Formats: sequence, C-alpha cells, structure tokens
Amino acid sequence: MADVTANMQRPSPAHASGPKPRRAFSRNNIVIYGILVVLAVYYLLPFYVMLMTSLKGLPEIRMGSIFAPPMEITFEPWVKAWSTVCTGLNCDGLSRGFWNSIKITVPSVFFSIAVASVNGYALSMWRFKGANVFFTILIIGAFIPYQVMIYPIVILLREIGLYGDLGGLVLVHTIFGMPILTLLFRNYFSSVPEELFKAARVDGARFWTIYLKIMLPMAVPIFVVAVILQTTAIWNDFLFGVIFTRPDNYPMTVQLNNIVNSVTGVKEYNVNMAATLLSGVVPLTIYFLSGKLFVRGIAAGAVKG
Amino acid sequence: MSQSGKPTGLFKNLSAKIAAVPMVLTALVVFVGCSVWTIVYSFTNSRLLPSTKWVGLDQYERLWGTRRWLISIENLAIYGILMLILALVLGFLLAALIDQKIRFEDGFRTIFLYPYALSFIVTGLVWQWLLNPEFGIQHAVRSLGFETFTFDPLYNTNTVLYGVLIAGLWHTSGLVMCLMLAGLRGIDEDVWKATKIDGIPAWKTYLLVVIPMMRPVFITTLVLITSAIIKLYDLVIAQTGGGPGLASEVPAKFVFDMMFVSQNLAQGFAASSMMLVAVIVVIIPWAYLEFGGKKHG
Amino acid sequence: MTKFKTFALGMLTAAAAQPVLATDLEVTHWWTSGAEAAAIRVISEGFQKSGNTWVDGAIAGAGGVARPLITSRITGGDPMGATQFTHGQAMRELIEAGFMRDVTEVAEAQGWKDQIFPQSLLDSCTFEGKLYCVPSNIHSQQWLWLNNAVFTDNGLSVPQNWDEFVAAAPKLREMDIIPLAQGQQSWQKQLMFNVLMVSIGGPELFERVYAGRDADYAAGSDVAKVFKAAAEARDLMEGSNVQAWNEAANLMISGRAAGQIMGDWVQGEFTQAGMTAGEDFSCLPGLGVNEYITAAGDAFYFPKVDDPEIIAAQDVLAGVIVSPETQVEFTKAKGALPVRRDVELRDPTPCMEKGMAILKEGHIVESINTMVSPDTVGRVTDLMIEFFADPSFSPETAQAEFAEIIATAD
Repeated sequence: MADVTANMQRPSPAHASGPKPRRAFSRNNIVIYGILVVLAVYYLLPFYVMLMTSLKGLPEIRMGSIFAPPMEITFEPWVKAWSTVCTGLNCDGLSRGFWNSIKITVPSVFFSIAVASVNGYALSMWRFKGANVFFTILIIGAFIPYQVMIYPIVILLREIGLYGDLGGLVLVHTIFGMPILTLLFRNYFSSVPEELFKAARVDGARFWTIYLKIMLPMAVPIFVVAVILQTTAIWNDFLFGVIFTRPDNYPMTVQLNNIVNSVTGVKEYNVNMAATLLSGVVPLTIYFLSGKLFVRGIAAGAVKG
Repeated sequence: MSQSGKPTGLFKNLSAKIAAVPMVLTALVVFVGCSVWTIVYSFTNSRLLPSTKWVGLDQYERLWGTRRWLISIENLAIYGILMLILALVLGFLLAALIDQKIRFEDGFRTIFLYPYALSFIVTGLVWQWLLNPEFGIQHAVRSLGFETFTFDPLYNTNTVLYGVLIAGLWHTSGLVMCLMLAGLRGIDEDVWKATKIDGIPAWKTYLLVVIPMMRPVFITTLVLITSAIIKLYDLVIAQTGGGPGLASEVPAKFVFDMMFVSQNLAQGFAASSMMLVAVIVVIIPWAYLEFGGKKHG
Repeated sequence: MTKFKTFALGMLTAAAAQPVLATDLEVTHWWTSGAEAAAIRVISEGFQKSGNTWVDGAIAGAGGVARPLITSRITGGDPMGATQFTHGQAMRELIEAGFMRDVTEVAEAQGWKDQIFPQSLLDSCTFEGKLYCVPSNIHSQQWLWLNNAVFTDNGLSVPQNWDEFVAAAPKLREMDIIPLAQGQQSWQKQLMFNVLMVSIGGPELFERVYAGRDADYAAGSDVAKVFKAAAEARDLMEGSNVQAWNEAANLMISGRAAGQIMGDWVQGEFTQAGMTAGEDFSCLPGLGVNEYITAAGDAFYFPKVDDPEIIAAQDVLAGVIVSPETQVEFTKAKGALPVRRDVELRDPTPCMEKGMAILKEGHIVESINTMVSPDTVGRVTDLMIEFFADPSFSPETAQAEFAEIIATAD
C-alpha cells in the first residue's frame, strides 16, 4: 500500500505551466498585463458601483452619478442591512437568516460533493454495466430547469415524509448538484493515469481504500472547483430554500429578496447594495481561501511526483 | 485493457455498485421519473393542480401557435450561441493569461471569479443599473462631454439580448477560467518543453496540442455553460423582465410564467417537454459517440 | 352604530372564549415594502392581542415566488396557517380540491353580509354557497394621475379628462416632457389596456367582453375605439424607459413626465414625495370619462388543517381582518379603501374621497381577475406587451388577435 501511495503521481507542475518564463518588461508582458488590467476593469466596475453606492446616503444617490465616490462616507446602510432593515414584519435584517444559510449550506455542500465524487470515481474507474446509461440520464438532468421539477419533487418529498424538513432541502440540493458535479469528477478522474489505478488493484487495495488514500489527495483542484460551484449555488439559492422549508429556517436569500425585490415604496439603493455585498461575503471568503488551496493542491501533487 | 472494466459477476465490484446507488436512484426516480410525469401531464388540461383530464395534443398545438414561445426560442438560440462562444473564448483567454507565470495571480483570479459569488438576480440588478441610460454608463460618458454618446442596449428591441449577454458573461466567465486553469495546470510541463525544442509557437501549441489534451475539461465546461443557458431565467427577470416587448423572453421564463402566473400547468409542462426533447436529441448522440466503444480510465 | 356594537361585542366574546393559548399561526404574504409592512403590522398586532403568535412568512414578489410557494406548501401537506392570495379565480382549484377551509361560520356569526361593502367582494370569495376568503381592502385601478405644475408651468390648463390630456400632449412633447409615464413590467401593460377599456369603452363594454365573452363584439367598432385610444397611449408613453411602476411615478414627480395611469396605491408615492392631492397633483377616476372603478383588492385564505388550535386561531384572524378597528388603521397605512360600509376614513385625501363616493354610488365594475381565468389574463397581457412595445403593431391587428383570445377565453 505504502508503495502505491508513494508512487502515485499527478502529471501537474507545481506552478503555472505556460509556454516559457519571461523577462520582467518584455513586450509580451506589457501586452499580457495590459489585457488583464482592461478586463479587470470590466469585472470590477459593478463591484465598484455597488461598494460606492452602499457607502452613500440616499440624498446623495438621488443627486449624484453612480460612479462618483461618496462625498460623505456612511456605514449606516451596512448596519441597517445587517441588523435593522425590515423584511416583512421582522426588522432584524439579514442577520436573521445568516445561521440558517450556514445550516443549509454546510451539510448540502458536504453531501452533494461526497456523493458526486464517489459517483465520478466509480464511473471512471469501476465501470459497471449500464453505468453510462445512468450517467447520460444525469447529464440530461443537468439541463432541466429547476422550476419544472417543483411539483413532482414536492410530491416525492411528501411521500417520504421529508417535506418541510431541513433534511429534505439537503436532499434536494444533493440531487440537483449531482449531474454537474458527477461530470466534473468523472472527467477529472478519467485523466488519472490508468497504471496508477492498476497498481493499486494489484496491490489488493479495495474500492474505498483507493478512493480515500489515492484519489482524494490528488483531486484537490477539482474539489476546489466543486466547492466553489456548490457553495455559490446553495448559498444563493432562493427558490428551494423558500419552498422546502418553513419561515424559521428560511435562508438569508429570503431576506435579501425581500429587501431587493420589494416592488413598492422608496428604493433604498444603498441598503440594497450593502445587503447584496453582505450576502456575497461567505462565498467570496470561500473563493479566496480555496484559491490558495487550488495552488497548493497542484503543488502537492507535483512534490509527490 | 482494464480488469475493472469487465465485471465477471454480480458481486464483482460490489462496493462500486453500492456506491452508485444514490446516483442510480437520482437518475431513475428524480430525472426519469419526474420527466415522464411532466410529459404525461402535458397531455392533460391541468391548471393550478395536476389533473387527469386528457386533451391529447391540444397543449402542443397551442404552444406552437403562441408567438411568445417562438420568440423565446429564437432569443435563446441567439443568446446561447453567442454566450457559448464568448464564455469559452474569454474563459480560456483569461486562464491562459493567468497561466503565464504572472505576478498577482491570486488577485487577478479573484477579480475574475468574484462575480460568480453573486446570484443571477443580483447580477441582473447591477447591470440593469449600469446600462440604464438615465444614470448608468451612458450618463457618465455624456457628463464627460460626449453629448451624443448612446449606450442603452436594454431599451432597444434589437440590442437587448446583447445587454443581457454582457451581464451573463460577466457572471460566468470567471468560473470558466477556473475550470480551464485546472485543465491547463493538469498538462505536463514536458509538453511545453517538447514543443519549445521543436520551435512551435505558443499559440500553435495551445491550439493543436493543449486544447485537444484538455478535452474532458472542455466537455465539463460545455455542459456547465449550456445547461445554464437553457435554464436562463433569473438574469432576465432581474435585468429586463423579458422586455422591451417580448424581445428578451426566454423559454424557461415562458414555462415558469405559464405554470405559476397564468396557472396553466399543462401548457408549462408542454413547453418544458419540448425543451427536454431538444436536450435529449442533442445529448443522446453525443453520449453514444462519447461512450460507444471508446474506453475511459 | 348598534350593529357595530353587537359586532364589537361578538369580537370580544370570540376573543375571550379563546383560552389564552399561544398558538403559532404562520401567515404568508407578499407585503414587504414600507407602507405594506406597516399595514400588515396592524393586522398582526390585532391578532396577537388574542394571545396567539403571528409567525411572519413575508416573501416579496407575488408572481415569481409566492405563488409556487403557497401552492406547494398547501398541496405538499404542510400548509401555512393563513395566506394572502389574489382575489378572484386564482384560488378556485385549491378550493375545489378541498385544500381550503371555509370561514362561513365566522362570517355568519359576525354578520359580514351586512357590513362588507361592496357585495361583490364576498361574491368572489364564495364557492358553492360557502365563503372561502376574507377581503382585507379595496384597490381600484382606473385612475389618471397628473402633475399639475407640469401643465401650469407650460401655459396649459390641467386636463379634466382623457381627451384634453391627449390634446395637451404635443405641447408637452415640445417641452421635452413625456406625456404619459409607464413602467415596462408586463402587468402594467395589461392594467393600462383594461383601464382604457373600462374608462373609454365604459363598464358595459368591459363586462360584455370579459364576462360575456362576446368575441364578435370584441372585434367590433365599439372595442375598436379602445384600441385606438391604446395606440394613442402608446405614442404618449414613448421615452418612458423605466421598469417598475414607482419609477414611472418618479418620472411624474420629478416633472419629466406629465401623467400616469395607475392604481390608487401609487398615491402613497406622491404623498411621500411631499405632494398634496388636489394642489400638486390631480386624480381623474375613470380617466375623467366613465367614472367607474373596479372594487377588487387583496384577500386572505385559510388552508384546511386538523389542529383545532390552529383552526381557532384562523377564526380569530378572520375576525381581526374585517374588524372596524383594523380596517381604519390598515387601510390608512396601505392607502387603500376599507371593505366595510360603517368605517370612516381617517384624514382621507380628496382622491380617496372621490373613490369612496364612486363606491357608494355603486359605480363598480367587476375585476378582470374574477371574470376570466389567470390563463386568459396572461394571454391578454402577452398581447399588450407586444402591442405597447412595437409602434408598427397596428391597432386593427391587435384587436383581431384580442377577439380571438376572447373567443377561446375561459
């Protein structure tokens, strides 16, 4: 066993693998940084506008340009969005749903990725009869708009007694995350050299042993992508959260929707923007942390090689 | 080739089979089961609740006689093709640039990826704001002195889809970059060394060597983007509401509105069945080519 | 007044008869904006006085989210205690399928029949002789709102009816003012068309088309006038590039637009902007032509449950919604008209008084939502979205398509 683990390798370099190293101020570099910076403006512009707006008072928003920095910085919209803005009768802002969102997201992300990574592993390494048929069905499932499934899923959950329960919601997220995630893991594991797997089999390693000791450690980059995908999808999910739970379990997106989506009355753009940014903090943090892992995962693979 | 590929008995690979139970159940019960349920009820006269009053093909006749449905399909086709191409190109370009041993890689990667952390609803709202001629980009450029500058894609029937595209691309391309980057980093350094020795230019290496090697990643990305395109709903709702007129209506919105606003479930089911059939027509031949005879792992 | 007293006594005894058990009642609604939330608070506070607890299920966005949520929860066997829903045919199927509870007993015990006005509010809640919903307030749609200053500043007199308004439009255009503000959202297009139908065509025409489903008539010359007016309105709205109705109201408040056709709920926007009805803005019910209004509004429904405590709490809530105390405060907060004959409006605006007077005269038309199915409303809406967005869409073609919808309406 130890041999196998030591021998396993992932054909990835520790660092960026682009064509060739460059000198610091070559013409190529100027072009590269030039393009990156121009593109960065496109990506950052909305963030800039959201941030600036969230720091302005309402009168200033009505008067000024949305691109102008605030003349008077106020953090009141942020405080209001977090703790005092009314979402219906309850006036405790986004904070109300924060823990519910965590309660929903953590198990859902965990289960959906656990199930899908095993699926992908089983599909790529242990192909059994009919596996591709089920896989094709899953892929087709990825294209079905969620809304269409609401009625049958409600009936299904009612029959197994999970309707209105947090467990039911976790199950729904696991089901709808499955197609894309399974595809992701299957394709990733397919690119693992077959010899590695064969060696482990000859060594007598079993299904779960190979998965836990060999496949998991080398799949860090794709786990990172999966975590990004799932955290975002589940944290931002609104429709399932509202349909499959009760008010005491409503996720933060319900409050966000009630703040942003209210059709009547004066629109408090600054509070809307602060709420939007606040609700994005958790996925953003995860991206940032996982970005480090992303690089490290690749590095780990190469060090072992 | 692979000993694992040919199971010799029911208990061979038993662990693998047990591990696949959740997938099989999901595929059969949820995706097949619910799809069949949807198709069956598209032949009924269901309104707010599913009913079993059969009406044959009436729902489909009405569907294909509805201008809004036809416009929705056309819009989706235009948006879909452009989105697919641009997201792949932009995502790959970003990944390739970031992969050039640049400084601040973490910073750039985060900048390109962060839009994905926000929901489509928020994306739509922000871009509706930026593209609003009264106080968005047009207003800002005009106040710089360019009085005749016009940029109001969302308020013009002919350009509204491009306005939605700008927002969709902003949201999704970072994730494509991330996937592409994972793929690029999976390519052996030796490939680069070899092509360098042979004197093949970098762009040619990308096109002829690297991209073909990244086939699995491209397939994943392709499925991810196209499935998001077909499900396009929230973004349109938040950005344009389907307007002006019917110029940015999409099929998923048609389905949803039929089911929950017009309370005509069967008509919504008929439309979603058509979407399902379209997907199946594309995927089954692809799956056949992909799995038929060829060997993986 | 005696009636009121007995009613109030009935309420008190009803409340006292409840042992003070804190039953949690989950109430779903889509009233999340400032004024709406203040209004729902009136009901919830009235309800909590009975010792029960109100669990708030506020979900913004009626069509997109609240409806699927409400129907899913009810059919999924995990219903909320009570829910707001569209008044009219929308809930009918759930009632027929036996998912909803009737509150006939409460209504009879409290004598709603004599109090609720107009009668049509109860009629559209009634199914096979039983009452399935509680109307909470009345909103009317048929209003033309005008910013007085826009007219007087440009040397025009404030129009008194639709024709004068149309006549003033060219002058407004010269001043770079949008004559008619309107949001792009689909329901606003439908509202606009049906308002023109009631106001320009008259109440008989409106009911003959929708309730009578007279397709030949809908293709005829009377309805052609409505389509001609709609085409005029389309020209007047050009340049009104906003989405939401309150953004359209802002165009009018800021003087960039002269008028807006919208329901009476828009009044709150004007008063909040510091405008006074009669002085700063005018309101023309029935566009100053046919002073008829729809008396539809919002209503609460009660899903069928087994728990006797929840049933008791539902009864209490039903009583609270129509009680005079709630009605006065609630309608004040929401800017709507009350559903009772016997309550006096507190500091009503001239516009609300006009609305009240029209109601009392009985100049009421049925709402489109009670005459045809949501599906038919949707088809009319889709047609109007296209018609109002495309200047090359001729009124004749639109009318022909409209008549076709009416021929197959249900």
